[in-house]
Amino acid sequence: MLKQIGAESVEALWASIPPEFRVQGSLPLDPPLAEYEITRRFAQWAEANADANQYACFLGAGIYDHFIPAAVRSLLSRSEFATAYTPYQPEVSQGTLQTIFEYQSMICELTGMEVANASMYDGATACAEASLLATGATGRRVVLVSQGVHPHFREVIRTYASAGSFDVRDLPLDHGATAAAGLKRMLSPEVAAVLWAQPNFEGIVEDGAALTEAAHAAGAYSIASADPVALALLLPPGRDGADIVVGEGQPLGVPMGYGGPLVGFFSIRKSDVRRLPGRLAGATVDLDGRRGFVLTLQTREQHIRRERATSNICTNQALMALANTIHLALLGAQGMRDVATQSLEKAHYLARRAAQVPGVSLANGDRAFFREFVLRLPGPATGFLRAAEKRRILAGVPLSRFDGARPRDLLVAATEKRTREEMDRYVDALAEWARHPAQAPVQEAACRS
Amino acid sequence: MPELTLRELSVKEHRGPRLAPLDVPAEGAERLLPRERLRGEAPALPEIPEPAVVRHFVNLSVLNHHIDKAIYPLGSCTMKYNPKLNDEMAQMPGLQAIHPLQPEDLSQGALAVIWELHEWLKVIMGMPAITTQPAAGAQCELTAILMTRAYHAERGNPREEVIVPDSAHGTNPSTVHQVGYRVVTVPSGPDGCVDIGALKREVSGKTAALMLTNPNTLGIFERDVGEIARIVHGAGGLLYLDGANLNAMVGLANPGSMGFDFAHINLHKTFSTPHGGGGPGGGVLCVREELAPYLPAPVLEQAGDRYQWSYDRPRSIGRVHSYYGNFGMIVRALCYVKSLGAEGLAEVSREAIVNANYLKARLKDAFTPSHEGYCMHEFVLSAARQKARGVRALDLAKRILDFGMHAPTTYFPLIVDEALMIEPTETETKASLDAFADALLTIDRETKEDPERVKRAPTQTPVKRLDEARAARKLTLTWQDLEAEVGGA
Repeated sequence: MLKQIGAESVEALWASIPPEFRVQGSLPLDPPLAEYEITRRFAQWAEANADANQYACFLGAGIYDHFIPAAVRSLLSRSEFATAYTPYQPEVSQGTLQTIFEYQSMICELTGMEVANASMYDGATACAEASLLATGATGRRVVLVSQGVHPHFREVIRTYASAGSFDVRDLPLDHGATAAAGLKRMLSPEVAAVLWAQPNFEGIVEDGAALTEAAHAAGAYSIASADPVALALLLPPGRDGADIVVGEGQPLGVPMGYGGPLVGFFSIRKSDVRRLPGRLAGATVDLDGRRGFVLTLQTREQHIRRERATSNICTNQALMALANTIHLALLGAQGMRDVATQSLEKAHYLARRAAQVPGVSLANGDRAFFREFVLRLPGPATGFLRAAEKRRILAGVPLSRFDGARPRDLLVAATEKRTREEMDRYVDALAEWARHPAQAPVQEAACRS
Repeated sequence: MPELTLRELSVKEHRGPRLAPLDVPAEGAERLLPRERLRGEAPALPEIPEPAVVRHFVNLSVLNHHIDKAIYPLGSCTMKYNPKLNDEMAQMPGLQAIHPLQPEDLSQGALAVIWELHEWLKVIMGMPAITTQPAAGAQCELTAILMTRAYHAERGNPREEVIVPDSAHGTNPSTVHQVGYRVVTVPSGPDGCVDIGALKREVSGKTAALMLTNPNTLGIFERDVGEIARIVHGAGGLLYLDGANLNAMVGLANPGSMGFDFAHINLHKTFSTPHGGGGPGGGVLCVREELAPYLPAPVLEQAGDRYQWSYDRPRSIGRVHSYYGNFGMIVRALCYVKSLGAEGLAEVSREAIVNANYLKARLKDAFTPSHEGYCMHEFVLSAARQKARGVRALDLAKRILDFGMHAPTTYFPLIVDEALMIEPTETETKASLDAFADALLTIDRETKEDPERVKRAPTQTPVKRLDEARAARKLTLTWQDLEAEVGGA
């Protein structure tokens, strides 16, 4: 090859790198490992984690231990999907393009919207980009974000806003639901959007119609961050009149994966299509008139429009969006309905039984919730977590992580995978701990984010 | 016959996979939730038996070109082979069925994986501080430019401009704009590198940062990078390395030594995690010590023999991701570097550079290279001569598809007329490079002998050339749109 190149040595090829910038000798790193050595090493790391196959997982907060059909994993691992890139040459990317089109279609079915893009990084960045869309469309610069939106999402929205493109104001909760009275006081002609979650971070089902009506009355966008499993059962925000519906797609066939890769969905009305961030697939025909799919309206995107693009996003979460697509195709309308209904029933069973334990109550009283709820405990929630771990239960997310004023509140989720036996074991552990709650150690109190 | 859509395949009354019977007393959604918050009927999702679903996706999958099939020489995308072991490691239940908010004591394996990758990448980059929270390269850019703003604001003035060379990727100016800075474009000189004279004229007290891709998108190492760093730093600005082309430097050159304050890595390019049809990627941002306080929270720390997330970061720009970034990509990248080890990593860029130069040498007589001399891991050819025969870069790209290979990146960088940007990567064999060169040389001959054949291409692909203008004019973005179109026609 050197002869063809016409170089005397391989080193001559990188002579343009000044010597002072070159690596001298080899990097001070370990020698290579054989496959079986690697497997052994990674198995040790895997064993050092508590996984949902060994523990009964009642953690939620946007990431859920739902059932994933084997066919999702099998299809997703196909080289044809996994090792392709962005479908820049549509004639050899029809597989990817048609699946994006089907993904867009099913997201619209779930959210009640007209257009969905090919995916965002996650639910949090989808909320941030939705805020940017709304401020751009309205020419206003305040986004009211309900405290019922995931605290991490709110942090990401603030990070994106910190460049000065918009201002974020918190909308308070009243017993776990976005306070309608508070919202009306905060609305003004400066408000570009009201961002709320369905169901919200504490599991509560919001009155999306009322929030949307109030936002619209003030000329603001209504943005919903929705849970896609809940949308099999709940009225979709699109039918509440929301202008943008985004959310985290992990519950649709994506493993919890220690929080990544995730996938954000992003759906809008057709009238805003030219403001949409990210990639979009559309149907067209080829020279012979046969149906085919392409990436369309690319003039919105950074590789064409550069600094005037609607967003800087390039690489997205395509393979996770494909997981959503396959998952929804396998479960279908009734399967999704079954998953949502069982999660709802099980969460309510657990909440009912837990709230009967002396000293334990539901923090949000009788507010309607979907598959997640907040337990108020007679002692530090982290203490109960430790006690439950001994029974192989991951009991929930302590809200002290997000709010130091709530040391006794525990966010608990139940999916269709949790069994009555696991939930009864949970309640037994809770009852036992609740008899002497103050003696439990306080762990990770410093872990506020 | 095109593959039907899921909607068209749907069979009424089919039920999805069976769940275990509900083992708690059924209360009913109507009793548990307010009636007005329920959607009456289930969403109109397709109802298809599993065998038909599997066939649908398998039939679709085979319509794709992919790296496991043949060369995929998209410039600046680094389509290298993705070792299968990486995926197997990432799919271990102990590394996949884990929740991001489970207690840290029960997540030490995951934290150790992240820590270990950080240590390897810090050595490879020669930079002391790191985050793997961004989901992709463009989000690394956003993170770094927000950090730039925080850094300057703390010094009293956030400044106004970010300088971007004219050969930069579109994400650079787009990011700059998103963070509220003005984009200042500097031209490339005749040698393809940043024009130092022009740069000196543009740099001022308004300059917040300069974003440099090195090697640049022409595949040329910016040999004056040391001087560029001195100029930018002299004005108090920061220097950002867009690591899209890091595959030319692994084990060979050290970005930290070049004066970069920030350097990003795309795990899905250099560190072989699969591209997944457009994502997920994996973003890594390495920074100089002085910038570490601004990194997104939380930051991973070691305390004795355990690892923990530190949330107490008062100067941080905040979070950019729901949790800790694309952990699955972190596992795969760690598997990749540990499989290669120091020796293997040293070969990555050397072989990528040899492969690119070999291809360039084979093609340089038929196509006009943007620049003479050796290239790094990629190079740009101009199809100006072919254009004079009535055949454009787009036509050449489409004709390549007929040979069962993927086309290069076309019309980028913008500064080269009829650009074909070619990056073979180190994982192509000589036989594969020769097959690609032979195909391009054949096509060049066709542009002289039978240009119409090239302009009609592709004809050997699942569909022929698609009407992109129609797609944009007559937006058909969902099944619902397709049905409306049929209904209205």
